[in-house]
Amino acid sequence: MTQLWDFSGGIHPDENKHLSTTRPIDTSSLPDRLILPLQQHIGVPAEACVAVGDRVLKGQVVATVPDTVGVPVHASTSGTIEAISMHPVPHPSGMSDLCITLVPDGLDEWTNRDAIADYHSMNRDTILERIRHFGVAGLGGAGFPTNIKLRPPKDRKVNTLILNGAECEPYITADDMTMRERADEIVSGLRIIAWILRPERCVIAIEDNKPEAIEAVKKATENTQTEVVVIPTKYPSGGEKQLIQILTGMEVPSGGIPADIGVMCQNTGTAIAVSRAIHQGEPLISRVVTITGRAVTNPGTYDVLLGTPIEHLLAQAGLDRRQLDRLILGGPMMGYTLETPDIPVVKTTNCVIAATAEELPAPPPEQPCIRCGMCAEACPMELLPQQLFWHSKAGELEKAEHLNLFDCIECGACSYVCPSSIPLVQYYRAAKGEIRVQQAEHLKADRARERFEARQARLEREQQEKEQRKKDRAKAAAEAQAKKQTEAEKAEAEGQPADDRAAKSTLVEEALARKRAKAEAAATKTTNDAAQPEAAPPDIDALEKQLSQATAKLNTMQSMLEDAQAENADNVEKLERAVAKNHDRVERAEKALAEARN
Amino acid sequence: MALAQQSSPHARRARSTSNVMLWVMLAALPGLLAQVLFFGWGNLINVVWCIVLAIGAEAAMLSLRKRPVMFFLRDNTAAVTGLLLGLSLPPLAPFWVSAVAVLAAIILAKQLYGGLGSNPFNPAMVGYALVLISFPVAMTTNWAEPGLLWDSTPGFLETLQIIASGQQTAVDAFTMATPLDYYKHNISSQTATEVLQHPAFGDGIARGWEWVNAGFLAGGLVLLWLRIITWHIPVSVLAGLAMMSLAFGSNADLYTPVSIHLLAGGTMLGAFFIATDPVSAATSHQGKLIYGAGIGVLVYLIRTWGAYPDAVAFGVLLMNFAVPFIDYYTPPRTYGHHKARRGLPGKNQG
Repeated sequence: MTQLWDFSGGIHPDENKHLSTTRPIDTSSLPDRLILPLQQHIGVPAEACVAVGDRVLKGQVVATVPDTVGVPVHASTSGTIEAISMHPVPHPSGMSDLCITLVPDGLDEWTNRDAIADYHSMNRDTILERIRHFGVAGLGGAGFPTNIKLRPPKDRKVNTLILNGAECEPYITADDMTMRERADEIVSGLRIIAWILRPERCVIAIEDNKPEAIEAVKKATENTQTEVVVIPTKYPSGGEKQLIQILTGMEVPSGGIPADIGVMCQNTGTAIAVSRAIHQGEPLISRVVTITGRAVTNPGTYDVLLGTPIEHLLAQAGLDRRQLDRLILGGPMMGYTLETPDIPVVKTTNCVIAATAEELPAPPPEQPCIRCGMCAEACPMELLPQQLFWHSKAGELEKAEHLNLFDCIECGACSYVCPSSIPLVQYYRAAKGEIRVQQAEHLKADRARERFEARQARLEREQQEKEQRKKDRAKAAAEAQAKKQTEAEKAEAEGQPADDRAAKSTLVEEALARKRAKAEAAATKTTNDAAQPEAAPPDIDALEKQLSQATAKLNTMQSMLEDAQAENADNVEKLERAVAKNHDRVERAEKALAEARN
Repeated sequence: MALAQQSSPHARRARSTSNVMLWVMLAALPGLLAQVLFFGWGNLINVVWCIVLAIGAEAAMLSLRKRPVMFFLRDNTAAVTGLLLGLSLPPLAPFWVSAVAVLAAIILAKQLYGGLGSNPFNPAMVGYALVLISFPVAMTTNWAEPGLLWDSTPGFLETLQIIASGQQTAVDAFTMATPLDYYKHNISSQTATEVLQHPAFGDGIARGWEWVNAGFLAGGLVLLWLRIITWHIPVSVLAGLAMMSLAFGSNADLYTPVSIHLLAGGTMLGAFFIATDPVSAATSHQGKLIYGAGIGVLVYLIRTWGAYPDAVAFGVLLMNFAVPFIDYYTPPRTYGHHKARRGLPGKNQG
């Protein structure tokens, strides 16, 4: 008898598993369309490698992932690609995502399947790569790529390999039925996984409410070293952390992974997928799904092609639409409600509950928390749910985090027992979300501050350099000034006003006035041309005078500009413009004079 | 048709707060029965009067606070407060003493703090302590003489008359000092054997009281069995009281013996029904043990060296003060952590 430990808390909700275990696993009929989402798990989505209109074979890769953190998508049957477009996908938010739509041709024609006869003789990395290439991902939790999970960090040796057949959540029977009917395949997959990891201990854990499954698995593991451990039924014994505690007495460190304490858990369905990838050369294109609830007349488990719309499965199970109140994907403890049954079965879909209003009634209105502590008695993580609730509701997120909010596995045991009908898990999710947003903003603010400080430092440096340059220039200017001063004195002595700005501006005014008058005169002249054929001869003298004036002005402006530039004064631009203008004027005057002379 | 959208979990246990409170009231029945059997109709009349008044005060306050009256009344918590006061007040206490206690409990201690779940102090004990300090005569002279219901005690109508008359002190013939009171005040001049001659003690430990306490103990065990309360608070209250008594007062010729401490007065009612009020008690198991032990120790200290013969109300209220402090320093060790995170955020991260 294997020693077992108990985990703290836990609950015993109504199991309702008998609904869907009355008949063997049924093969689902072929739907009109298969919907294959490209985003299968955390990380980059797969990219379609087929085009609309292409014919694909069963098992053919239809989408690949660029890097190795991800698995490809395979066609679940043969048929034609109808679309690559947005379609609702299984997600609590009810969001849509890019999916490949495949219209089956009914032939179910396989692509080439190459089985591996003897994997023992092969390299482990080759087998892992094959597991990846055949689309194997965790069928239990988040659909994490199995090949990555099977390659724990180098310094973490997996001593205990656990196959999780607890299936503690009510209603769900997919693993139970799989173990009853496909125990040999499970054990064969477990052997491959064990060959890769080389653990000291191999355990298949099953809750004691599944006697048929226990018997079948025990039979399949006869004469092997694999232990079949029967654990007491208590939710959430199938939670990875709880199961590890039950079987080993050890706790996964907060924020760590099971491999940190030398343990790894795998799902029974995943083991079958591994076995098929190696022994049959078949990629993961189907899985067992429980269709249950009291709104279906014929609940049961189905072997379903991935991509089959849930609507199609519900129709097969005999959905009574008038009775249907709530459609849950997953179990009643951790599953989420669907807005539409038009979403596909994916690798992690284990159960669909079509519940009536009497079966899972809407919760009564929330009452105040009386700190009765029933939640704390039920919590498998030994948290204080009532305090977490108090702080989450009050927005004291720091205190909630201090009481280990992030260790909450959202199993729902606290909400289940709460006599005040408080949706505790919802509060924790909201608080976690808010903390994540705050952390992201904090990070953003930190980066912005770093950028700002870097910019400030740069500006300061530039300012210093500028000042240095200014000093140098001022020194040069002073020397130039002194030189000029002496020259100006010399010039003054010769009777020439060197820098008489006022006089110059009057000159400019006068020149402008004259020019305007002339333009007007020219205009009058053009209009009067017909009447006065003899044009007035251009006043060459006036033009000459104009040119000389403009030239003089240009010169003064230029010298002013040079001074200004030397002193780095703020009117440099203005002067530059003035110089350019005068330059134009000189040119025009010269042109006019040349014309007049011709 | 639109499908219902709900956050997980979708299943819940059908046990509501009103259900819990109903069970608390049912569990108090054996104790009440014993009170009626040995001390007459007084407690029953008090219980009914206090419950009616508590519900009325709660409804009025909810309405003044613009809260849904029926929604909150259905939680049965006001009725429990009324019940607890009716069980703890002297059986022949005048009606207005109970009224002041109930109104203070519901209005001051509960609703003015924000209603159910927001009160830092046990409402019933606030009411009790208030009348104990304000009307010491009415609160100490109206304990009924123990005797079987059908023998000597006043009849139902007579009891009702005594309570309704509003007299500070009831007729001497019907009342008697409580065993705790008598022992405390006479042990200095008499030996234990002499003290125990007094009819208040009877043939057993404390006539009538022993059955009342046994009744509340039985009810408390039911609550434990139903998992409405955990063992931590009652056990630590009783252990704290017993340990103090054994450590400091083992000489029966000088101090009240431990048997009288445990089976006379409000000990069992306090340990199982009053100290376990979750709103004003500590949260974690460790916290509950400290909280309960504190109550037990304080009850002993006040009973032995204080001015009052019984001290459950003061013990509970004083420990209510300490609850936030206890809670900060006694969180459980969470799965996957080496040690519990005590104190406030930012300090002592573990």
